[in-house]
Amino acid sequence: MNLIDIKGVTHAYRTPSGPLPVLDNLEIGVPEGTFAAVVGPSGCGKSTLTRLIAGLMTPDRGEVWLHGERVRSPRKTVGMAFQNPVLLEWRTILDNVLLPLEIVAPRMPRAQRVTRAEELLALVGLSGFEGKKPSELSGGMRQRASLCRAIVHKPEVLIMDEPFGALDNFTREDLWQTMRDLRAKEPFTCVLITHDLRESVFLGDQVIVLSGRPARTQRVLRVDLPADRTIDVLYTPAAVEMLHTLRDEIRIAQGRAGGAH
Amino acid sequence: MLRRIGVPVLAILAFLALWEALVWWNGWPNYVMASPSDLPAAYGRFWELFLLGGWQTLWRTVAGLAIAVVVGTLLGMVMGFSRVARDALYPLLVGFNAVPKATLVPVVSLLFIGQHDFNTVLMAFLISFFPIAVSVGIGLSTLEPEYRDILRALGASRVTIFRKIALPKTLPEFFGALKVAVTLAFIGTNLVEIVSPHGKGLGALFQSGATNGDYPLMFAVLIALAALGIVLYYAVVTLERTFAGWAEREAT
Ligand SMILES: Nc1ncnc2c1ncn2[C@@H]1O[C@H](COP(=O)(O)OP(=O)(O)O)[C@@H](O)[C@H]1O
Ligand SMILES: [Mg+2]
Repeated sequence: MNLIDIKGVTHAYRTPSGPLPVLDNLEIGVPEGTFAAVVGPSGCGKSTLTRLIAGLMTPDRGEVWLHGERVRSPRKTVGMAFQNPVLLEWRTILDNVLLPLEIVAPRMPRAQRVTRAEELLALVGLSGFEGKKPSELSGGMRQRASLCRAIVHKPEVLIMDEPFGALDNFTREDLWQTMRDLRAKEPFTCVLITHDLRESVFLGDQVIVLSGRPARTQRVLRVDLPADRTIDVLYTPAAVEMLHTLRDEIRIAQGRAGGAH
Repeated sequence: MLRRIGVPVLAILAFLALWEALVWWNGWPNYVMASPSDLPAAYGRFWELFLLGGWQTLWRTVAGLAIAVVVGTLLGMVMGFSRVARDALYPLLVGFNAVPKATLVPVVSLLFIGQHDFNTVLMAFLISFFPIAVSVGIGLSTLEPEYRDILRALGASRVTIFRKIALPKTLPEFFGALKVAVTLAFIGTNLVEIVSPHGKGLGALFQSGATNGDYPLMFAVLIALAALGIVLYYAVVTLERTFAGWAEREAT
């Protein structure tokens, strides 16, 4: 069964120079517990899609369904992470991770919240950094903390908008593996926006290619690789084949099909 | 610690010595320019007036500043959250801020005749709320949308988002503005004290020194004002360290 269903979603922004169509009859389904990677040309409407799923806005036409319920406003069962880790500088790492629980579970005893947060921080390799301020951490570590905050309240859906986009390649690959390990332990369904095709193949159960603006679902690619992937999997023929296909699709999406390689 | 107190104290002593030397070198008599060595006598003679005046100047400045903080923050919030309000209020505020406040003293004194305390507090407020309103407004309107979204996506109310994120995130800008505002409020208080007849506070003491040609007294008041200004400023700095200390980067 699909946990997330996006049915015929069309949306345009109202701008001073007239309506700007961003999404065009978008169709996406994400089965429970799986990982959907979304790729597409920059500016095609990917972030808009995340805001629609999170209920931060409602589409002009079409429907967004989460767990059998129509999404019309924000809900507590969603977690979000962005390229910018948006940690609150005046809070410790631990208190940053605790933030969603203050909204979602204000009555949960503090000790219980802290235990949960510490578990997650340990899982992403941040044990011992609970009392540090965000400014004392590296970019990769901040992004790890931001991930913990996004899932501390056990959301059904984790929405990530280019979360590793600002990190260097090695740090990024470390975080892919962290992500894979988190998936094994935490039950969320994930929508990951990315512009890194290798990332989409490594983390995704399906890769959804959006066309240029206004975005349509141009291609959906199932990723049939073992769940406990290692980075090496990206160098297998099956993965290389997929990466080639995706590159071609992106080129089409950018309106540059048949252009120079 | 010793350095942090010792260095400024040395600088002040050097300043006083330079002043003394300048007066001595030029052979200026008391009625042209008093020298630091004349001041202790003035303080000794009028110490009760200094204490009373200092207290009056202090409480009215702080009262005006407190109102400026409340009103400025509210205005800043309105401008920070609503584009329309920002567009509407900004030119008005800028225009108001551009009016030299000395011109307002007679207006205010006429409006509220005899309400000397009220007039003074009002002027301290009028002169100092602008930087607070602007900094809070800018701080709120430039909050990156992601900061709001992490809580909004969980269904948090606007009030919660303001309390947990927008407000603390604006504190460094707020205190930056408060440091400017405290100096301005102080100037506003003194302005009324000096200009209006039957004034109170250190400004009035200065005025009485001027009337009687008591130059040492006038200079003693100036120094007392400077000292009070320093105390007020560092009180704000202490508050800033307490509430927005996280924004300070470690010196490298
Ligand atoms: N609030 C908004 N108002 C008007 N236009 C917007 C708004 N948000 C995004 N856009 C425009 O909509 C298009 C899609 O934006 P976005 O969803 O952020 O794309 P992506 O994340 O794929 O880069 C872009 O051209 C962007 O400039
Ligand atoms: Mg985007």
